[in-house]
Amino acid sequence: MREHRLLPILTEERAATVPFFGLDTLWLQLAGTLCNIACRHCFITCGPKEDRVPMMTRARLEELLLEARELGVKEFYFTGGEPMLHPEFFAVVERTLKEGPTHVLTNGMLIDESAAQRLRDLFDGSRYSLDVRVSLDGMTAEENDPVRGRGTFAAITQGIRHLAAVGLSPVLTVVEHADALRLSEARSEFLRFARSLGLAQPRVKFLPLLRIGRETRRTHGYGTGDVVHEPLPPEVIRTLQCNSSRLATQAHVLVCPLLLDAPDAQLGRTLTESLRPISLRWSACHTCVEEGLSCRT
Amino acid sequence: MSHLSRVAVFGGVYNNTGALSAVLDDAQAQGATEVYCLGDLGGFGPLPDRVFPILLDRGVTVMQGNYDHSIGHQLADCACGYSDPRDNHYARLSYAYTQAKTSQRWLPYLRALPPFLRREWGGYRVHMAHGSPRQVNEFLWESTSSDAFLRRLLRAHDADVLLVTHTGIPWVRRLPAEQGGGLVVNVGAIGRPANDGRTGIWYALLDIPSKPAQAAALLSAGSAIAVTLRCVDYDHERLCAEMRAESLPEEFVETVATGYWTTCLEILPAKERLRGKF
Ligand code: SF4
Ligand code: SF4
Ligand SMILES: [Fe+2]
Repeated sequence: MREHRLLPILTEERAATVPFFGLDTLWLQLAGTLCNIACRHCFITCGPKEDRVPMMTRARLEELLLEARELGVKEFYFTGGEPMLHPEFFAVVERTLKEGPTHVLTNGMLIDESAAQRLRDLFDGSRYSLDVRVSLDGMTAEENDPVRGRGTFAAITQGIRHLAAVGLSPVLTVVEHADALRLSEARSEFLRFARSLGLAQPRVKFLPLLRIGRETRRTHGYGTGDVVHEPLPPEVIRTLQCNSSRLATQAHVLVCPLLLDAPDAQLGRTLTESLRPISLRWSACHTCVEEGLSCRT
Repeated sequence: MSHLSRVAVFGGVYNNTGALSAVLDDAQAQGATEVYCLGDLGGFGPLPDRVFPILLDRGVTVMQGNYDHSIGHQLADCACGYSDPRDNHYARLSYAYTQAKTSQRWLPYLRALPPFLRREWGGYRVHMAHGSPRQVNEFLWESTSSDAFLRRLLRAHDADVLLVTHTGIPWVRRLPAEQGGGLVVNVGAIGRPANDGRTGIWYALLDIPSKPAQAAALLSAGSAIAVTLRCVDYDHERLCAEMRAESLPEEFVETVATGYWTTCLEILPAKERLRGKF
């Protein structure tokens, strides 16, 4: 039995509906649920032994890229797990950059000197932007390691330094897992900290906590009051990423990157099948609606 | 006989009347017969009321940007589309300034500006928008706009040519034949430099072949229309002095003086950001 609390808490009729405006962003679950670490707040419960969602094959990627091109896709995001665990990671990024701007979400621990240089070469070799996003959950090991695992702070900051050394400026993503990180000063402190790691043009993105996946055991899941009531004002609907993005795995296309484990978020195997309005039946929708969460950079 | 007609298109005046006059002079010297402004007359620079008479006197066809819409309707903010707190802080300062200094009598003019423009040039369907044809404050950057996405925009708006501004950095994209062969130009902004270390500012000249209508079917817009992005110098030191006299942020003055952005940095994609200094 999995620990995810993703059961629909609203019936289809009562849930707010989000239209689909067109495929702007395609999320690709490149490494499935495989990750080299197992963060305690991981909302999709990834880890070194988590293979419940398989890696994506090159054939599946190709099929998705061609379909996405026909649909007028704007950009791609690689996520996991840890996408750099994919045996053909660099070839995959190179191929995708021929189609459009590409973002890689990584924990940064596998970025050694040579990986950083290969990313820099891909960056220079493409007319589209390659954005690397590194997750780090504190400015000290004391703040970060209890969440991401012992020794991760040192490994992640080393990866960031390697990127800085080749002149790449990753976006540092910080999950607001502790109250201190929700304060407005946290942002400027983090920017200062990023500079101290050698990033001349620091960029930081704060993400609200999602109370799903492993996070439900670290703290708690959503309460029964955490529901999205109909109707949603248009300005809120416009902020939701599910109005213009989809997540593809080896086997499925799903509503959004948050709902990897929700069977009822699967919309088919092809992108074309998935281009339809959805209803916000899931508890995680509460965070998107209330905190304006968007996983895009 | 086919001959060319030359059109000048610019955006983002941002109260920079020195640049505006320089661009209009340059376009005239280059033989442009029509001049279009894609919106955002105010913001950033000093003394907004000086802009309107120049546009009217010199017969510029103007459309509405997010700034013009917000000022015209006296909205609470510029709707520039920033997400970073520091960027928003500076956006609020310049919006408050432009709002306070724009005379009431120009508000109906700003409100009445059209939200987009349609033309047919040499048989090609031209769509002019501020940010993108689907959203006034969408940023179309060169490095984050895929060919596939641009073709989708052209198709959705029945256009062969799309002209936009709003980001402040110019670029030209000719879509390959298998992507429909369209032409997309971000004409940049004339109000402030393009984060390229040059103090001059950019606008676009388009050369349109005037041919029998069926020629358009033979040659795609992307291959038939020539686009020249022109960098024009103006008296930027005078602008710096005027901005200081109006107590506008020193960060803005630095951008005018150096050609590098000091604000709005968070909206820049990785590639465009790396080309700048900050
Ligand atoms: S949060 Fe990211 S790095 Fe941590 S276990 Fe999950 S996928 Fe891996
Ligand atoms: S979790 Fe967020 S992005 Fe996903 S369907 Fe719900 S509101 Fe949309
Ligand atoms: Fe604008």
